[in-house]
Amino acid sequence: MSTKTDKIDRLAELTARSETSTGASLWVEAFRRLRSSKMAIIGACVIALFVALAIVGPWLAPYSAEAQTWRNEVFRNQGIFVGPRAENWFGLDHLGRDEFSRFLVGARQTLLVGVVATLLGFTVGALLGGLSGAALTLGGRVGRRIDTVVMRFIDMMLALPSLLLAVSVAAVLGQSLTTVMIAVGVVQIPIFARLLRGAMLAQGGSDYVLAARALGVRKRRIVFSQILPNSLSPVIVQATLCLATAIIEAAALSYLGLGNPDPAVPEWGVMLAQSQEFFDAAPMLAVYPALGIIITALGFTLLGEAMREALDPKLRS
Amino acid sequence: MLRLVIRRLLQLIPTLFGLSVLLFLWLNKLPGGPAAAMLGERATPEAKARVEAALGLDQPLWVQYGRFLGRLVKGDLGTSSQTGQPVLDELVLRFPATVELGLSAILIAIVVGIPLGYFAARRRGSWLDVTAVSGSLLGICIPVFFLAFLLRMVFSVHLGWFPAFGRQSTGINATEVTGFFVLDGILTGEFDAAWDAINHLVLPALALSSIPLAIIVRMTRASVLEVLGEDYVRTAESKGLSNSVVRVRHVLRNALLPVVTAIGLLTGGLLSGAVLTESVFSFGGIGSFLKTAIDARDYPVLVGFIMFIAMTYVVINLIVDLAYSVIDPRVRVH
Repeated sequence: MSTKTDKIDRLAELTARSETSTGASLWVEAFRRLRSSKMAIIGACVIALFVALAIVGPWLAPYSAEAQTWRNEVFRNQGIFVGPRAENWFGLDHLGRDEFSRFLVGARQTLLVGVVATLLGFTVGALLGGLSGAALTLGGRVGRRIDTVVMRFIDMMLALPSLLLAVSVAAVLGQSLTTVMIAVGVVQIPIFARLLRGAMLAQGGSDYVLAARALGVRKRRIVFSQILPNSLSPVIVQATLCLATAIIEAAALSYLGLGNPDPAVPEWGVMLAQSQEFFDAAPMLAVYPALGIIITALGFTLLGEAMREALDPKLRS
Repeated sequence: MLRLVIRRLLQLIPTLFGLSVLLFLWLNKLPGGPAAAMLGERATPEAKARVEAALGLDQPLWVQYGRFLGRLVKGDLGTSSQTGQPVLDELVLRFPATVELGLSAILIAIVVGIPLGYFAARRRGSWLDVTAVSGSLLGICIPVFFLAFLLRMVFSVHLGWFPAFGRQSTGINATEVTGFFVLDGILTGEFDAAWDAINHLVLPALALSSIPLAIIVRMTRASVLEVLGEDYVRTAESKGLSNSVVRVRHVLRNALLPVVTAIGLLTGGLLSGAVLTESVFSFGGIGSFLKTAIDARDYPVLVGFIMFIAMTYVVINLIVDLAYSVIDPRVRVH
């Protein structure tokens, strides 16, 4: 058998195999497994509910979230908080605003913070990690040098506790919703970068890369059309999990006094942080936004964990 | 081993150097520059100019950076604008409280988390397993400071079981030796002081342990499940080894390796959590100090804190790596 036919045979074998195990079918299979997972269904339902609330919430709100409609009543009460009643389902907050309306309006801001922050962390982190992984796989001294520089930078970011990193960013940018988004997003950069780089390095040693290389496929093509797409699944899982942490972290930043001060756009984290002052007198004011945050975070975490299981190659049948 | 320690400590230098550059740039980027940051927003231009000249802020950037770095190397982290004391002294004074809190939290997480994760894996699908898994999910998703407030309200305001704030009751007249109040009480034989300090630690440590506990339970469970399916466990069982030997020597020992790494990685999160928990309970550690520093825009404290923490973090990771090579002889330390 000549070397030529040998090569063609292997090519045929490879293409045949790629029909059963291309990226697309991995995702199709993962999706099928996701649909049969109870965790994923619950998570997806919670997320769907949350997104729906974020979209229609502000229109559903019976009163203005900003106007201190019952201000006089609250001040007359002198420290006794007005609990749930027919016109105010969640009661009134310390300035006489309708807590239920604020909760509904707040959903949108909370979703916005989570999504924008995670998108930022994902994009920058994936770019850095992808650059590092690609440089290392393409090899050469320059590649290794690039990887070292990028990774040192990432290590530096990792050496700081996340909250501190966020606080430093917030100190420069001042107090606003954008600040919280950027601060929370920056914290996620090293996570995504390390994850993508690690996955790319692991994929780099696999058989299909060796096969492609043996067939003479250009290194650059291997990296971008084979290694990179195959390395994305852990990063996407992480993004789902990060949506949960982003919302929680945003709440922590608000508690530290770095959240959005604008009363017209309440956000669950800010609401939770502001209600801490009256926690012993009116714990329910903290419980509503906290429950919103916890349930949403649970939804994202459940879906993320289910995705991790569905995409885990070890568990594939 | 020694070579590893030296090499890792040398690796600290570029990291700290890079951090110092970033921090320096950060200080310069603060609204109004460092002088305004020190004097507050209402400073007159003359006062600003005077401070800038005194601090050498009218010099070129690289000269300023050189001075900044020189001070850092000498351990001079500046003066806190809140207390007027050197930042390093303030940090060192408060560090024991945070270490005490952090260690208690990790201790709770390990003592509860590893057995819980182990039994959840052994009885997969049982009510214990379901409780452990859902509990750990909840632990990750609940904001730490909210949990802290909740614990304080229930166990201290309503039930009165534990003190609501501080590290020590006012009536206690304890001798301070190390700054670790529990240890001090035991060392000096003042057991009532030690007991008092423990009582003050319970609630903050519980709140702080929520995330590490959740992570340890999940990691242990996943890791034990994986090891239980390994061939060497089946071999050990078929050899007729007693259950306890298989459990300890084959399952637990191998399953705990990733857990040890995870515990090392938890340190950063623990410090973030400490900032939140300490300020809820007015626990006098570096965490609550940082919270007040943020409120007061006390930038020298923030810079000092960041350098201090970065160093601590690297040292802790080094210790974890060393511990790892002791536990797992397969890990070759380079």
